[in-house]
Amino acid sequence: MENESSDILNAFRRGSVDAFETLFRQHQRAVYGWILRIVRKPAVAEDLTVETFWRIHKAHARFEPARGFEGWARRIATHAALDWLRANRTEAALTIEGLPEPAAVQATDPAITSEIRSRTAQAFARLPVKLRIAATLALVEELPYKDVAAALGISVAAAKLRVFRALRMLRKDLEQQGIRP
Amino acid sequence: MNPYDEKHDQSQLTHEEKWIRELLRQAIPPIGNDAEPAHDLWPDMLKRLDGKAAPVPWFDWALLAGMIGVAAFVPASIPVILYYL
Repeated sequence: MENESSDILNAFRRGSVDAFETLFRQHQRAVYGWILRIVRKPAVAEDLTVETFWRIHKAHARFEPARGFEGWARRIATHAALDWLRANRTEAALTIEGLPEPAAVQATDPAITSEIRSRTAQAFARLPVKLRIAATLALVEELPYKDVAAALGISVAAAKLRVFRALRMLRKDLEQQGIRP
Repeated sequence: MNPYDEKHDQSQLTHEEKWIRELLRQAIPPIGNDAEPAHDLWPDMLKRLDGKAAPVPWFDWALLAGMIGVAAFVPASIPVILYYL
């Protein structure tokens, strides 16, 4: 998606609504999918997709066509999702609407019961938002650290550190609940 | 394991950390690349774009002018105004 014609990108930068619509239609699915990976609620992801493109539209003059649209949009989407998670900490608990239930996921370890999965999801929801996003993208979605780092606007080392801290905190929380390997 | 190490990746996780990662994947199913919105979001975007053109109601301007007036004549009220903003 990095190869939009430079005409469209330049027109968008100048404030063309037609160019904005073209970019919206090209990228709405990717932006929605990215946000859904973070907030895990389809209805919220739809609202945040519109919010993200609203921010993109407002920031059109700061857009640098040479750096491509997708990465820029992803960073803005990540910040929009982060803002939502911070503002809706209780609602942001990881109950998943319209997505595969955890029980439907192929269980590779029969010792992991639905109760343990539920407690793990709750423990994960208690993590600080920044750590949770990094861990979601790197561990659950298995995205490369460089992609996680770019979306969060941090270095690869910092992204790894956040995942490392998330794992440590999660392990501590689970241990306190008597959940161990 | 040194988390600051650039070479640190998921293959360097300890056994326990790998177990937690597996637990996490079972508790929180990956979304993957196939997700798409239930409907075209452009009409919602258009509504948002149209909304930006809505003029600021006169009452908001009057309120703002009132607040500036109060702040100018009673500077001690500034913290109170800021508190309620």
